[in-house]
Parts: sequence; C-alpha cells; structure tokens
Amino acid sequence: MPRHKLKNTASESDGKDNEFSLYYVEVEENSQGGQEKQTTRDGKRRRERNGEVSRRRASEKRTTEVDNKRAGKKHEKRHKTARKEGEKHEKRQRRKNADREEAEEESNKEKKNIKNERTKTLKRDDEKEKDVKKKRKKHVKNEEDNANSGKTKQKDCHDMPLKEKKKKRKKPETTSESESKSESESESDSAPESKDNQAVGVLGSLTPEELEKLKEAVDERKKLIATMRGKPWPMKKKLVVLRSSCVLQRQETLLIISFLYYSNCQKWMKFQRDFENFKTACIPWEMKIKEIESHFGSSVASYFIFLRWMYGINMILFGLTFGLVMVPEALMGKPYGSIPRKTVPREEETSAMNFAVLWDFGGYAKYSVLFYGYYNSQRAIGWLKFRLPLSYFLVGVGTVAYSYMVVIRTMARNANEEGGGDDTSFNFSWKTFTSWDYLIGNPETADNKFASITTSFKEAIVEEQESRKDDNIHLTRFLRVLANFLVLCCLAGSGYLIYFVVRRSQKFALLGLENYGWWERNEVNMVMSLLGMFCPMLFDVISTLENYHPRVALQWQLGRIFALFLGNLYTFIIALMDAIQLKRAEEEIVKTNMTIWQANLYNGTVPDNSTAPPITVHPADIPRGPCWETMVGQEFVRLIISDTMTTYITLLIGDFLRAVLVRFLNNCWCWDLEYGFPSYSEFDVSGNVLGLIFNQGMIWMGAFYAPCLPALNLLRLHVSMYLQCWAVMCCNVPQERVFKASGSNNFYMAMLLVILFLSTLPAIYTIVSIPPSFDCGPFSGKTRMFDVIQETLESDFPAWFGKVFSYASNPGLVLPFLLLLVLAIYYLQSTSKTYKRVNMELKKKLQTQNEENKKKNKLAALKAANELEQARKTGEQHSSSSQHTQNSEPPVSSTHTTTRPPASRGHTSSGHLPGHPQQPQKNSHSNRK
Amino acid sequence: MGGTSSKLPKDLLSEYQELTFLTKQEILMAHKIFSELQDRENGPYSSRVSMEKIHTLPELKSNPFRKRICHVFSTSDMKDGSLSFEDFLDLLSAFSDSATLEIKSHYAFRIFDFDDDGTLDARDLEKLVNSLTGETDDTRLTGEEMRQLISNILEESDIDKDGTVNLSEFQHVISRSPDFVSSFKIVL
Repeated sequence: MPRHKLKNTASESDGKDNEFSLYYVEVEENSQGGQEKQTTRDGKRRRERNGEVSRRRASEKRTTEVDNKRAGKKHEKRHKTARKEGEKHEKRQRRKNADREEAEEESNKEKKNIKNERTKTLKRDDEKEKDVKKKRKKHVKNEEDNANSGKTKQKDCHDMPLKEKKKKRKKPETTSESESKSESESESDSAPESKDNQAVGVLGSLTPEELEKLKEAVDERKKLIATMRGKPWPMKKKLVVLRSSCVLQRQETLLIISFLYYSNCQKWMKFQRDFENFKTACIPWEMKIKEIESHFGSSVASYFIFLRWMYGINMILFGLTFGLVMVPEALMGKPYGSIPRKTVPREEETSAMNFAVLWDFGGYAKYSVLFYGYYNSQRAIGWLKFRLPLSYFLVGVGTVAYSYMVVIRTMARNANEEGGGDDTSFNFSWKTFTSWDYLIGNPETADNKFASITTSFKEAIVEEQESRKDDNIHLTRFLRVLANFLVLCCLAGSGYLIYFVVRRSQKFALLGLENYGWWERNEVNMVMSLLGMFCPMLFDVISTLENYHPRVALQWQLGRIFALFLGNLYTFIIALMDAIQLKRAEEEIVKTNMTIWQANLYNGTVPDNSTAPPITVHPADIPRGPCWETMVGQEFVRLIISDTMTTYITLLIGDFLRAVLVRFLNNCWCWDLEYGFPSYSEFDVSGNVLGLIFNQGMIWMGAFYAPCLPALNLLRLHVSMYLQCWAVMCCNVPQERVFKASGSNNFYMAMLLVILFLSTLPAIYTIVSIPPSFDCGPFSGKTRMFDVIQETLESDFPAWFGKVFSYASNPGLVLPFLLLLVLAIYYLQSTSKTYKRVNMELKKKLQTQNEENKKKNKLAALKAANELEQARKTGEQHSSSSQHTQNSEPPVSSTHTTTRPPASRGHTSSGHLPGHPQQPQKNSHSNRK
Repeated sequence: MGGTSSKLPKDLLSEYQELTFLTKQEILMAHKIFSELQDRENGPYSSRVSMEKIHTLPELKSNPFRKRICHVFSTSDMKDGSLSFEDFLDLLSAFSDSATLEIKSHYAFRIFDFDDDGTLDARDLEKLVNSLTGETDDTRLTGEEMRQLISNILEESDIDKDGTVNLSEFQHVISRSPDFVSSFKIVL
C-alpha cells in the first residue's frame, strides 16, 4: 500500500501526541489506517449511497468488538484492532483524568478515529452478509465486555510497544519496514478484486469534497512514486509498492475519469521519461568517454568531456557564421568573378590552383567566402534584401557575446555545485570517505590510486603534525630563484624568437613568397608550434630544481605554460599589428596609383566624348589594395592548421610510435623498456586542456576576419576526439598521480575566460580603431566598421528610433548607467558577503543546538524507558484474556526480521544533524516529553 | 522476478525506469550483462548471480569495496552477497549519474559500515583506510599513523562525540565534499 511509505509523515503527525510510550504502535496504526483508508473509501461510499451513514457510527463500536471476538483467520488484524481500541480507551481515560488535552491533539485524534472507523466499517462490510445473525447474538455480551476489555487492551498495548521497542532498539527500522512490507503485500493481494467492480458504479454519486479528496490522494501517490527512486529500499519492496499503487491508480483513474486529470499526468510523465531517454541517447561519444572513464579515472575523462563541451560551443559558432554570413553571401551575393574583390588577380592566376598555394589558403581559397575580403559592401543582397554587412558585424559581436555568456554561465553552475566546498574543516574525513574513484575499472589505475591515496594520507598526517623540517632553506631558495630566472629567460627568448621570425616573414612577403621554399613560408607557425612543444618539457626539467610539493609544482607548471602560450600569442599579434600598418601604407600607395591608372585608362582608350559606353576591364586586371583583413584571417587559419598538425604528429610519434617501440623492442633490449626509461606515455591532461584553450582563443581572435575558422575548428575537434580517444586507449598508461577532475574544472574555465578576454581585446581594437580596406570586405568605403550600425539605424528604422538611440547613447546617459551598474555590483557583493556571514552563524547555531538536542534526547529516552518499565509491571498483573494475543505477536515480527538482512539504520537511534528528514519528528517527540 | 527471461517485458521495464535513476538503454544494457553473467553461472540455473561472478565485471574487479557493495545490495537470505537482477539494478541506480546525493551517501555509509552495526566506529574506519591504501605492505599505514588518522577523522566528523560516526554525521560531512557525487559512480 502506498501509505506505508508515508510512515515518516505519519509519524510526524503522530509526534504531536503526547503518548511517547505508544509511539511505535501509533505509527503503525496510523500507517495501517492510512493504507486501509483507500480500501475503505469505496465501501464507505457504497454505504452512503444506501443511506446508512447515521447508523454506521452508532453500530461501529459494536461491530469492531464482534470482529475482535470472532475466532478469526486473521490474527494480526484482529490484534491491531484490539490495540486500536485500547488506544482509544486510554485516550478517553486520560481526557477524563488529566483534562490537559490541547485542541491540536484533539483534532489529531479525531482524524485517527475517522480512520479507524473506516477500517472497521470496511471489515463490517466485508463480513456483513455472513455475520448479521451472529452479531445480534453476541451484541449483548460484547457490550458487557466492553468496559473490561478496554482496560485490558490498554495494558496490552502498553506491552506491545515495549516488546517491539526492544527489538527496534537493535534494528529500528528494519522490523517496521519488513512488517509494513509484508502487510502491503498481503493487502495488495486482497484489496484489488473487491473494489474493481464497485469502482465504476460509484462514479456518478461522488460529492465534490470526495472528488477533492481523491485528487489529493492521487497527487500524494504521484509524489510518492516520483520520490520513490530516491529511497534506499531494495527493488522488491519498491516494486510491490509501485504495483499496489498502480492497481489503486487504475481504480482512481476510473473514478475520476471525468477529470481526465491523472491519465494526462501519466502520459505527460511517460513522455518526459521518453524524452529523457532520447536526450541521453543524443549525447555524442557518451560510450567512448565512459570507457575511458573506467580505464583512466575521472580526470582523463574530464578532458574529453571538456573537449565535447568545446565542440558544442564551436558547433553554435559555426552555425552562426555559416548560416548568417557564408551561405547568404555564397547564394545571394554577386557570383565569383563579377567584381575585383571576388576574382583572383591576373598575376596569381597561373598558380591559383596549385595545391601548395591552396594549402596556404592562397589562390582560389583566398578569394572565396572563407575570408573577409570576398564579401561585398552592398547593403542588401538577393530577393530577401538580406543586410549582409550588418549581419556580418552582428555575427562577429554575437559569437563573442555568446562565448562570454556560456563560459560565465558554466562557471557559475560549477561554483554552485561546489558550494560549501570551501569548507576545509573535513580534510581527513573527505580523504577517507570520498577519495576512492568508483569509476576505476583497471587494476593498474587502481594500484596507482592506492599509492596516491596512501601518499595523501601520509602527507596529511605529516602536515597535521607540522613536524616538517626544511633541511637547507637557503639552498632551496636559491634553487627556486634560479629556476624562475631560467623560466623567465625561456619566456623572453621564445618571445623574441617569434618576433624575429614574424618580422623576417614580412620581409619575405614583401619580396614575394614564390622565391622561397616551404620552410620560409611556414616559419612562423612552425616556430610557434615547436616552442609550444618543447618549452613545457624544459619547464618540467627546471621545476625539478625547485623541489615543490607535486600539487604546487603542477600549478607552477600550468602557470608557466599559460604564460608561454600567452606571450607567444601576443608577440604574434604585435607582429601582426606591424604587418597591418605595413599593409595600410601599401594601401595608400595603391589608392594613389589607382587614380592614376584610372585616368590612364580613360585617357588612353576613350579619347573623345563621354557618350561612348564605359569600357569594360576584366576584374582580374583591375589593381587592388592588399586587404589587411584577409591577411590577418589567413595568418590565423595557417596558425590553426599548423597547430593541429603538430598536435597530431606529436600524438602519433610521441605516443603511438613510442608505444609500438617499447612494446616490440622490449623482447630484445638490455633493460626493461616498459618499466625503465622510455616506458609508455601518460595522458597529459593539463597540457592538453591548455592546448585546447589556446586553440579556442585563436578561433575567437581570428573568426571575425576568417568566417571559416569555426568550421575548421569543428573539424579539428571532431578528428581529435576520435584520434585522442584511440590514442589514449591504445598507447597511454594511467597516470601515476591520479587527480580528481572536479576540483580543477573551474580552474580551466577561469583560464578559458581569461583567454577569451585577452583574445577579444585585439579583435575589438582592430575593429574599432583601424579603418577597413577601401576595396574589400563588407565594410569597404566606410571610415570605421561599426558605422554599419549607424547606417542601418538611419535607413532601416523610423526616424524616432534613431533619435531615441542617439539620445540613449550620449555620454550623459551612458555614464550614469555605468555608475548604476557599478553600484549594483557593489550592492550585490556586499549582500552576498552578509549572507555568507549569516550562513556561518547559522551553522554555529545549528551545531550548538544539535548538542543540546542530543542531551535532551538522552534524557527523554531514559524517561521513556522508566515509564515503560512501570507500564509493564502494571500490565503483568492483569488478566489473561490479553495473554494469548500478546503471545501471538513475537513470532510474527521475528519471522519478519529474518526476511531482510539486518540493515544498519543507526540514525534513528542516536544523534541527529539539523536538517535531516528524520530529525524534527524525533526531536519534537522528545521535547514534548 | 525479472532476469530469468532473456527479454524484459515492457511493463516491467517501464516500472524499473520509474523506480531507478537509470534510463531505458541502461536498464537493457544491465539486463544483457546480467544475463551473460547468469549464463556463465555453473550449476543449477538460478535467478541470482553469486558474488564471485559479479566481481568478474570490469567495473567492480579492482574496486576495494566490491565485497561490501555486494553485501549491501544483496537481498539474499543466505547472506552470501549474491545479487538478483533487481538488486543489480538497485546497485546501478545508486551508482548512476543522476542519483541524488542523499541516496548515494546512504549507500556509501552502508558500504563503509563493515560490521553492519549502523555506525562507523574506529574498527570500521581502520578497515576502510586499509581498503583504501591497498593490500601491499609498502602502501599500508603504520600503526601510529593509523591511530593519528582515525583520531583526526573522528575529531572532524563525530559531531556528537560518541566515538562513532553515524549516518547523519556521515551525510553531513559528505554533503560538503566537492568530489563525492562525481566519484561515487559506476557505469556499465
């Protein structure tokens, strides 16, 4: 029956009563009553239809007594009714004697009485047909017995809980659970058949209140089912409960079919479940990641989850640029070859299809939708009148805005999940209780984990004892300073190298790339990739000088690699800025040349008047500017390509080849290769994550000038997902130091945010401060790129809108608004601080309260034990009529206890923490006592 | 109940979905794996799979708590740690991604409670630490270290100072931990 699940709530309501000694019985009675309420309802209704309501109450007591006296088949049930009766009597006596009942208690009791009545009337209904005659006969006798039995049963019920309690002291919930289980089982057998046929007939005669009640009941059951999966019960029990409530549900549904209420909910729930299933089926690479998770623990898997997350973001970025910029231009813009910016110039035409040129994104690739320069500045294109320049600008801004939003939202969610994790007061307990990673399914990883746990224990103990002795502090200090100096030298050297190489490449570019070989053309990217590959190794070597704790060392290492990447990237950007300046100077020259050329053209070919048709020159022959935007885009694309290539090649050589060599040369080598020097490589989570983050930074930086970058990145991520999954599974060994993933999650996110910020800075700078090229790109002919907004406002929106906008954007309004924002931030921060403080105080309060409760509980338990003792003494003196019912009880419950292995439910017996579900009810009990 | 047939009936499947944190695919997967284990079972065909067979699963093979896990989830009368299919689903549900912190911590407590007495006392903690540090001697903690460690643990988490950690204290400690939910997972 569903209600017995609600035992907690039932007992909570019971907690309002004063009868501590009757606690367990009452709980059971109530839950039992609750269960039977369902069954009773139909019977009751039937009776009400027959107009027996008034008589029922009068004869109710009689009938129960009859039931009691019937030498019955159902021992237990009779037993319980007896107890109930006794309970009632006791209450009455108390009311007379003590006169201290509260209103609350009374209402409670009334509720209970109603329940009891229902139970009894049900039984009466069941047995009415058979027993009419018997009842009449025994009526008189029962009336006589009534007074005595009330008393005896009272003692009876004083004894019962005592016995039960003894058992429950040991395994408090086990017995009650198994009992209720068996009860629910037996009832689920008997209940349904009797009611099925009645259900339909009753439909018409329902009063509104009853419908209301039904609705409530159904709601309750739904809630129960929804929460059932969160209960630590064995499946059998859950199934029984579910099924029994299903049967009931069927009838309820029949009853309230006029509502179409529940069935809809059920459908909705089913739909939700299916949708949930569908959603999990849609998550890509789930199985791959799970496999890795089980082999390498959660930290390696966290990299792949991060990769997948990145893939999702790039998918959206790609969708934006592809759908709103590239496709419209390709479909609706002027076709290739119509205007100069969309045509390969004459001097490049011969080599434009060469693979080497295409690989460098020159030739035809350069004059395509992939790059900024291809786009036309026409305001509206195609029959849709698509505002392409505006769309281009907004997509550029939108990608950055979306990335900010996503990263910050993820960070906030992570912070929420870790909420309270800053509390370091449980250092040892966490190490013990939560350090095992249950996902580990590989014996080797497990061994590593054992070792790392042991070290962490030992470290923690050592730290706790604070008996750490620094042997030569001066030497360590010196070594650390030296190490940092070396690292700084490395960083500066790598920065200079990149700067030098970029300048050299500009010289090459000015002289014409055709005269140089492959190396000269790809020098910059190759140098950057090589630096990114070897410097971290160098740092690793240097960091051994420092003799830091491994965790600290890892942080230093990450910081240094971060600085290296960042330095390289910014050197690259600065060099690029120089290049932009050069290109712009070139552009000026071209501009003046252009006017001369045009003049020459007109002078040479059209000497006479202007009536002649304008001469047509093939667009490939028209001189054009260098278009610095396309140059920037090209640089970034090349960088991404070479970066990807180096990653894959290091993967193949460093991991795969090494693994193959170690594996097959091991048999004919003089030392053990597998455990000796080369060994297999570990999967470097932090390095890979950093690589991914910087890659993303470059995408953000370059995406404005090369709309194809997100697409390229998507491809790269897709390939590396498969490649790295394969490489990890086939040629890496689990890490020696197994880190937990969750702790570093937000660390990576924070790095991503920093990179995002740093990479948007240069992009925004170029957009805002450098005028666009005069003859290429969607913003050609404008002084600044963002003028496109102004233009749209003027020509596409009504005049008042432009006015409002200009008012809104004047500094008099913007500055106060900024001020307001700052104030809001300040306010929110200070309130959050206050909340934190209040939180801490509450925590302290709860702790002290908990201690007090503990003391009270102990006192209450002592008192209760004394009372029980007394009650038993009085109970033993009483009549033997209650003796045999008493005797029947122990074997029943003892068989129930054996059906389940003793579950440890210690929390019901001893101290509680505040906020725990079981807590308030128990406390209220003891406090009232 | 289930598990004996090679294919799960539809209504049972939906009931299982209702009662566990598992999705349909996961239940079917679990059923497949369980049937395979059953087939490998020597001797008379039964609806339960013995603990040894369960431990051959790669997910449990190297887990130091595998015996405890089986004992906690087993509903067998013989207390041999054998699992029926429903016990198996219970296990997977408690260890699944979407299970709540409360249920996870409840089962974790029972897993760590080696003597099944409802509290974690010093002996339980010692066994727990020994399971965590592995079987070999070089990783094992010395007696002094162990004593220190256990007294530290009790100092931190034994709020009512009765010398043992009970369930609510345990849950209190666990609920603050950032890693517990992410690491208390088993996926097939």
